[in-house]
Amino acid sequence: MFDFRIPLRDWIENAVRYLQVELATLFDGFADAVSAVIGTLLNGFEAVPVLVLMAVIVLLVLWLTGWRLALFAVLGLLLIENIGLWSPFLSTLALVVTAQILIVIVGLPLGILAASSDTAERIMRPVLDFMQTMPAFVYLIPAIMFFGVGMVPGVVATFVFALPPLVRLVNLGIRQVPGDLIEAADAFGSTRWQKLIKVQFPVAMPTVLAGLNQSIMLNLSMVVIASMIGARGLGTEVLRGIQRINVGQGFEAGLAVVILAIILDRMTAAMGRRTEKRVRK
Amino acid sequence: MSSTAQAESGRQCPTSVVPNVTTESSPQSAPAPERPVKLATRNLSKVFGPRPERALEILRQGGSKADAQKVGAAVGVYDANLQIREGETFVLMGLSGSGKSTLLRMFNRLHEPTAGQVLVDDLDITRLSRRELLEVRREKFSGMVFQQFAILPHRTVVDNVAYGLEVQGVNAAERQRRAREATALVGLEGWEEYYPSELSGGMQQRVGLARALAVDADILLMDEAFSALDPLIRREMQDELVELQARVNKTIVFVTHDLDEALKLGDRIAIMKDARVVQVGTAEEILTHPADDYVEAFVEGVDRASVLTASNIMQPVKETAFLRDGPNTVRTKMRRHGLSGIIVTDSERKVQGYITSEAVRAQIEDQAADRERLDRARVVPATTVGLQTPLQDIIGIASEASVPIGVVDPAGRLRGVVVKGAILAALVRPGNTDQNAGAAGAVRGEAANV
Repeated sequence: MFDFRIPLRDWIENAVRYLQVELATLFDGFADAVSAVIGTLLNGFEAVPVLVLMAVIVLLVLWLTGWRLALFAVLGLLLIENIGLWSPFLSTLALVVTAQILIVIVGLPLGILAASSDTAERIMRPVLDFMQTMPAFVYLIPAIMFFGVGMVPGVVATFVFALPPLVRLVNLGIRQVPGDLIEAADAFGSTRWQKLIKVQFPVAMPTVLAGLNQSIMLNLSMVVIASMIGARGLGTEVLRGIQRINVGQGFEAGLAVVILAIILDRMTAAMGRRTEKRVRK
Repeated sequence: MSSTAQAESGRQCPTSVVPNVTTESSPQSAPAPERPVKLATRNLSKVFGPRPERALEILRQGGSKADAQKVGAAVGVYDANLQIREGETFVLMGLSGSGKSTLLRMFNRLHEPTAGQVLVDDLDITRLSRRELLEVRREKFSGMVFQQFAILPHRTVVDNVAYGLEVQGVNAAERQRRAREATALVGLEGWEEYYPSELSGGMQQRVGLARALAVDADILLMDEAFSALDPLIRREMQDELVELQARVNKTIVFVTHDLDEALKLGDRIAIMKDARVVQVGTAEEILTHPADDYVEAFVEGVDRASVLTASNIMQPVKETAFLRDGPNTVRTKMRRHGLSGIIVTDSERKVQGYITSEAVRAQIEDQAADRERLDRARVVPATTVGLQTPLQDIIGIASEASVPIGVVDPAGRLRGVVVKGAILAALVRPGNTDQNAGAAGAVRGEAANV
């Protein structure tokens, strides 16, 4: 239609290249920190005997939910071990946990900021929409450019994709705290911090935990995608299954992801219900 | 402000039971010292929406709230000038939207005033920085009590009550002690470790009240505090507030839309309409001399004499005599409380009669009389009414009886006393007294307990 084509592609590439050079130290430092966390987690997981680690996970499940899910966890984890996927399972767990730690560290303050300022919310909303709707594969490209291949870009891509629901629901939860509770906090002379810690956050907790749950689920959904840029784990096994058109292999690894997802989902949902019982009348 | 003093003195000594009838019936003669102003407002206004200055200008030139609305401004309060005295229960009354809650919220700057001053102990708090304001909220105000209770669902009763202290940085042990004290004060002993969702509405509001009392600062703000409660609980809470106030003696600002509640609780009442304070005065002043047609219309609907019952206006019994008391014991009891007569009951508090100080003295002076017991013959029949006897019936009885009227429950036990002053205070207008006195001859079933 026109001879002229908007050089959007060039702009983005230039911008990313520019950042790559200018912020190299920052990115390197970040990459080192993230890989240190992953490494520590993974070493920790591998240092513990398989059965002990399983027992710890199952006890945690039992404490948070009930015997049904604990039984499911026992059978599921034993199955993963039995089909030889224990090691990639641990890699995936380390990846998921690291990404989730990062999401919480960044997501909570952002959500609180969005809740405390309408301007901040107005600015964040389109950014969050963008982050969540952009196809997840797209994040792999800048992630590689900034962090190379391996676990770290996997964590970063996962972080970008799974951050929005937590920010959104922290914001929502805090904004939904009844106005008279806020007035009560103010009337008794609370500082902003006291109001946040003693009133807003605890009352918003069920919604915050729902956000945590959603972001964990999105986090898990990135496992396979992240394996395309060299993040080891169950995703790598799925990828191999695809490359060899080996349905059995792909299915086994997929099943292991599902088992992990069910355990994490039910656990966080149970945490939410616990607080909800108390907070909602 | 002699009538203010009158209401205050009446509230101050609610326990002057079986009183000296002559002083009680002419309360105007009692000069009460003016107490210092605790909380005052000067030309205080609040306008919501854009360009509040323009709205204020319209009002200044005599425009109404509706005129201001045309420029997009919602006037909450306009030009409020109030002087609330220490230890006073001051009621802000008006229909919804009249601005009473907005005015209340400007006292601690939950709403920022658009213009004017709020003086707390002569300190203009509208000028304070945020940090200084926090100090004032902590030290001068006992927080606030809200219509929907506003207690924290994730905290136990005692932790809710401790909230204000926690914010102030009071240490944990001290906090627990004071919170438990306040919890007991509102009658929630034993419920400390429960969660709000396990409590009824009335109990939740007690938690709200205890939370405020635990702070123990001078000024207590209450926003429609009892409006969400069902009528029986509500009346009970009103009674308890009156009783509590006699003990803790706070400066209470109480917002309500209910005239009966205002009359019952308020030493003075400010009536608000369309963002303005239209009248300030004691219950009597407002009922007998309404400032304008609006107040008159507001007050007219209330037939005090048929609405109120003995249980509403009775006061606690301070002292009773027993038949087995010696006359000297009885005289000591009467002297201690300055009584000119005393109701005689048995050990189950069932009313046996009434004896005057003259009769007691006569028995003491009579050498032949019994030293160990009251002489039955000197005890005259007591006048009593039931808890639910309407005020209009009590008026008739009171006009004939020269002695205080005992209030008894269905089992005949003495629960309180009605004094003439209380009847007068409870009435709407002097006119109604005559009108109802005729119909008051018929005494209700359980009333004539001789």
